[in-house]
Amino acid sequence: MAKETDILESVTSSEYKYGFSTDLEMETAPKGLNEDIIKLISHKKGEPEFMLEWRLKAYKKWLDMTEPKWPNVTYPRIDFNDIIYYAAPKQKKKLGSLDELDPAIKNTYDRLGIPLEEQLILAGVAVDAVLDSVSVATTYKTKLAELGIIFCSMSEAVKDHTELVKKYLGSVVPQTDNFYAALNSAVFTDGSFVYIPKGVRCPMELSTYFRINAENTGQFERTLVIADEGSYVSYLEGCTAPMRDENQLHAAVVELIAMKDAEIKYSTVQNWYPGDHEGKGGIYNFVTKRGICSGDNSKISWTQVETGSSITWKYPSVILKGDYSVGEFYSVALTNNRQQADTGTKMIHLGKNTKSRIVSKGISAGKSNNSYRGLVQVNKRAENARNFSQCDSLLMGDKCGAHTFPYFEINNKSAHVEHEATTSKIGEDIMFYCNQRGISEEDAVALIVNGYAKEVLNQLPMEFAVEAQKLLAISLEGSVG
Amino acid sequence: MITLKDLRATVETEEGKKEILKGINLQINAGEVHAIMGPNGSGKSTLASVLTGREGYEVTGGSVEFEGNDLLELEPEERAQHGIFLAFQYPVEIPGVSNTNFLKTAINEIRKSKGMEPMSSVEFLKMMKEKAKLVGLDPSMTSRYVNVGFSGGEKKRNEIFQLAMLNPKFSILDETDSGLDIDALKAVAEGVIKLKTNDNAFLVITHYQRLLNFIVPDFVHVMFDGRIVKSGGKELALHLEENGYDWITDMKETAEA
Repeated sequence: MAKETDILESVTSSEYKYGFSTDLEMETAPKGLNEDIIKLISHKKGEPEFMLEWRLKAYKKWLDMTEPKWPNVTYPRIDFNDIIYYAAPKQKKKLGSLDELDPAIKNTYDRLGIPLEEQLILAGVAVDAVLDSVSVATTYKTKLAELGIIFCSMSEAVKDHTELVKKYLGSVVPQTDNFYAALNSAVFTDGSFVYIPKGVRCPMELSTYFRINAENTGQFERTLVIADEGSYVSYLEGCTAPMRDENQLHAAVVELIAMKDAEIKYSTVQNWYPGDHEGKGGIYNFVTKRGICSGDNSKISWTQVETGSSITWKYPSVILKGDYSVGEFYSVALTNNRQQADTGTKMIHLGKNTKSRIVSKGISAGKSNNSYRGLVQVNKRAENARNFSQCDSLLMGDKCGAHTFPYFEINNKSAHVEHEATTSKIGEDIMFYCNQRGISEEDAVALIVNGYAKEVLNQLPMEFAVEAQKLLAISLEGSVG
Repeated sequence: MITLKDLRATVETEEGKKEILKGINLQINAGEVHAIMGPNGSGKSTLASVLTGREGYEVTGGSVEFEGNDLLELEPEERAQHGIFLAFQYPVEIPGVSNTNFLKTAINEIRKSKGMEPMSSVEFLKMMKEKAKLVGLDPSMTSRYVNVGFSGGEKKRNEIFQLAMLNPKFSILDETDSGLDIDALKAVAEGVIKLKTNDNAFLVITHYQRLLNFIVPDFVHVMFDGRIVKSGGKELALHLEENGYDWITDMKETAEA
């Protein structure tokens, strides 16, 4: 009979399903970063002057900044001059409809299970698809426009909704917030833009699908979601990338603004290529996501299912400025093989009677390292702030690591802050117990992990919850002896 | 139903491989209850582990035929799907997975292996209710996570409940009586008695005779140092109760001398 460790190593061979790449005629900028490249990006996108100035300002600040060293991850130095900052599939003319989309691109999205048209009509999901640096298609635009909802690529928003962009871009994540946010501000190439007008409840899920295709390319997308007074929107992003031996950098910025009585639900299913079993290749996922509950009674809820990337460095946060505002963070972060994740959230309580809830479920398998890092900050004037944090870790096998770094800064005595943490392990004994009841290893892992992550998965829109369940099971195939 | 011929097995220890089973011969037919008794370290639990395919044991000789199949060729879950059940001495806790969900998965996996459709939820819930009543399990336990926070007695009763739900052909009860007070023991035993039919068989592994007052065996085997050294009817258990295991040790030493 095979030893636990042998099984562990031999069956961890589940293939990354999205590892293919598409041959497309590409237009790419030369490698490296300087003012000329930024001017080129801005020019290619036909941006107004203010945008270029904004980018250059960010670039100058970035030059003086240093990479953060505090996350619990290790990786070789990144050569920022060895990255291509702009890559776009060549399109002969502006698209009039989806039918005119390059069939190769459409095929790419079909293979990813992201059909851009008919199925989506059935599913009732509006999609913006971003391939490498540019948005290639946005569905349902017209229907949404009837309600006054703007859902388009960031490039279009810069041109067509300049005033909104000018007002809100960088208002939640300032250019100098951190090293990667500054880099993104200088070179971001596309992303999604959403504006929900006063009192409108967005009737469908809005979704962006990010795909890195080209080699040696960094992806720097920028997403801005504005929910005006009394509005509601649920937004979902998904991401995949081809299998490549080199590491690719993904440094995105997402900003959310929820005004008085507005609610934003932002869900992520992150499945960037995680690298191979030895840790070769994979995406560096260095992302800044932050929302502000700017008005009273507003609510922002982050849900993330993180299974991909060789390194994840990500803390979707909420600034609770409005009185009675609510911030939530639901996370499942799974690491296998040599993956490393340092992820969590920040809940900044500024307004009175604000509430936050953190539910973090870490799953570590293989030789991976998984850290939760979270800050709960209650400011002086934040009377009656409430926070509840639950941070659980699940270990599979005995070569992985799980770490929890909770930080609390409480400056108001009326605050109520609760923190609970648990660690459990799926070992040979649990696996054998399941096997003895007729349940195979794979089904047992799926059963246990989905039970463990249920509270978070329940937050996802139905069809994505099912996908996420499968994704968790696939990512862990054979990781327990 | 199941035939063991000269079964030998080793276990991996820090000092290398150690032979624990040194040639076990045993035949169990449908409708029979067999008991295996013996002092600690005689190999009783190892026998249960080897029959169910637990990792860490290596079969070095002999054979096990179960319903016409070479049992030793099958994976642990395949053995379970063929109808082998082990009531664990130390049932594990599975956080996050309800008893209901766990059993539903198990039943449907077993059905799938037989080319059957999954059981409908209505049928499943009806069966759960019936079987919980049969073995005297508080119905609220079914919605709790598998064994999490259960008392020793509740865990053992949950094992018998699972046995009732999965309806195996051949069940091994590994020290099911250990850690139970007399009332809990009686409750567990009553559950087993209700589940006994002419088509299934039980192997009861125990150190003490007291469980056998309730689950009366057709055959009793005494195991010592990896072998079955004596077999007999239920009266053998009573003999062991009165005389302990020393007479076997003595008998063995005399034989070897």
